[in-house]
Formats: sequence, structure tokens, C-alpha cells
Amino acid sequence: MASAMDVPQATGSQGEFRDKLVAEGLLIPSSVAGVTGQGPAFVDLRQRLDARISKLVADEGAVAMEFPPIEPRHDMESVGYLTSFPQLAGSVFAFHGEDAEALALGEQAHAHQDWSGHLQSAGIVMVPAACHPVYPALARQQVPPDGITIDTGPAWVFRHEPSDDPSRLVAFHMRELVRAGPADTVGAWRDAWRDRALQFLQSLGLPAVFDEANDPFFGRSGKVLARSQRAQKLKFEILVPVGGDHPTAVASFNAHGDHFASVFGLGPVHTACLGFGMERCVLALLFTHGTDVSQWPADVLAELS
Amino acid sequence: MTTPMNDLILSVLSEHGRLPVSPESLGESDDLYAAGMTSHASISVMLGLEDAFDVEFPDRMLTREVFSSIASIRAALNELAAAA
Repeated sequence: MASAMDVPQATGSQGEFRDKLVAEGLLIPSSVAGVTGQGPAFVDLRQRLDARISKLVADEGAVAMEFPPIEPRHDMESVGYLTSFPQLAGSVFAFHGEDAEALALGEQAHAHQDWSGHLQSAGIVMVPAACHPVYPALARQQVPPDGITIDTGPAWVFRHEPSDDPSRLVAFHMRELVRAGPADTVGAWRDAWRDRALQFLQSLGLPAVFDEANDPFFGRSGKVLARSQRAQKLKFEILVPVGGDHPTAVASFNAHGDHFASVFGLGPVHTACLGFGMERCVLALLFTHGTDVSQWPADVLAELS
Repeated sequence: MTTPMNDLILSVLSEHGRLPVSPESLGESDDLYAAGMTSHASISVMLGLEDAFDVEFPDRMLTREVFSSIASIRAALNELAAAA
């Protein structure tokens, strides 16, 4: 497993694809790998895809909930995220000092020196998955006996895995459906959505397949978690080629058992979620159909009209 | 069966397994996950065993099954001891 200090390099074809996207104004690079802006054509595609997903999920009767891209640090601690993914977590630190220290901080910052020693935790972390703020929110209401589905909308999420690969962004939009319901129903819900989502992405002309998967758990001990997750078939991904040596996951389908329900006291329910990586879906479309959207197949354009 | 190895395994389970029951009350083939050990607790058990027995589990032993019962943990530790 790569150490936290490694910045994975894009493969040749990922690099070519990125350079083309930048040259054509679809993506806007910055001085930091993975911190990438989106030009008007990219934003338009992402919004059209989001609207199409809204149609896809309309019959689910999902309840809309939106959250900021930050959440209480306590919630991230409670779910064990810092045990599973310490390398991905983002934490907000803020200045609480007096005038003299503020002056020192400002001078160091102006000289681009390390000023982090002047900061203390603000009690806030970056949301790493759109579903995370949903579970504590559900704890503040009653989960109906036959279950509930939440639609997070296209939420900003953060994962610190800087890379040159245009598909691996440090911050990106993830649209999730989150299901909390009776233990014997959420697995079937997840599998049914996996099949629907696969069909949907194929209807956009994408050569999409699904496969069993695991999350990138940290370190040697993370191998136990990753293999355990695979052995229990807790995670599926939909994969599409986006220029790398291997297809890229553009959507994932996760069963959590009673993990989140027990942490947040949701009652005798299990939870599951599915998420579309919005930027990755758009990149998969651009990679498959080309960067000139006017030349895309008519049926794909009709789906996204 | 009380042996120094079993006692040490039970003590690691007691300290790191976050089980709702005493590890001594479990049969040696009982499923620790079924008894309430979470995945996160299992990696804490793994690191606790490495510390207590001064071993490093090789890659092939970093699985759910190895940490699923007292018997499977003992078998893995015996294998490492035999190889040492």
C-alpha cells in the first residue's frame, strides 16, 4: 500500500486525458494535485447528469437532506473513520490565539513557512462520504418501521488522496441514496439499485460492469478489514474505463449491517447506501464519447437532455 | 484448557476485543464476530496479539478468519512459532 506521502502519478493515458481536458477548458488545474476546478462545459454535463439521476430515483420516494461539506469531529470519531482511513481524513484547525501570536502566524504564512503549530482543532472535519451526516440526522427523528430512504443530492466530499489522475480528486461531488430499514430488506434494496444503476450507466453508452470491491483501508491491519469486507460482499462498485490501466469505480453500493445504526442509536435497523461519483461519471462519459459533446451519440444526448 | 498461550490470547481478547461477554465464557471454536467483536475491534486484537507474542502476522494471515475464534488465533500463532 502506498504511504500517505506518495502522490500517485497518472498513467500515460490518464495524463494525456487530463491534459486534453485542461486544454479544452473542461477542467481547471491548481498548484496542488487533485484540487481541480470545472469549466462551464463540465459543470453543464454534471448538472445534466444530476438531473437525470433525479429522474432515475424519483420512484424511490426519497427524503431530501443536504448538509455542508463539514461535520462534527465527534461523529467521524464515533464511526471509526480515523481507524479505517486516517490517510484520507481532513480535519479543520483554526486560530484561537492572541495578538502577538496572530502576528507571528501572519508573518510565517506570508513567508510560506509552516504556521500549523499556531492552530487548534475547530471540532470540525471534512465530510468524507455524503451519507455520513445522514446517520446522526436520522438519530434525531424516528426511522419508520418499514424504513426510510434519504437523497443527499450532489454533496461535496473530501478525501486526501492527491493525484495527477483526473479521476482522483481531493474534493468532488457524491450523490447518495441512503437506506435505513429492517435488516432483512436493505441488502435486497442495495442489490436492486446496483442492477438499476448499472443499466442506467449502460444506457448512457458507458461500457459499465459491476464487481465486488473493498475500501482503501489503511495499513497492514486494513488488509483484515478489506478482505473481511470482500468476503462478506459488503461493497460493490460499477467500473468504467477512464484512461487508467484498470477501470475506474464511478458508483458504489455498500451494506453497513448495524454499524451506523448502533453507533448513532437508530434502533433495530440496518443501513446501506449507494453513491454516484459525479465527476467520475462525467469523466467516463467524456472518455467514452469524446470531449466534443456535440458529437456524442444522439441517444446519449437525449438521455441527458 | 489453561496454557500460557491460551491465557495470553484471552487477555488480549479481554483488553482489545470489546466483547460484551467475558472471553473466558466462550468456547474455543465460538465465532468471536457472532459474540459481538466488531471489525475494528478485530484489528485491535490483531495488533494486540502481535505485541503480546512479539510476532508479525504475514500478509496471508491478515484475514477475517484468522481472528474469528480462539482456536483459529491459536492455530495461526502455533504456525508462526513452528516456522520461527
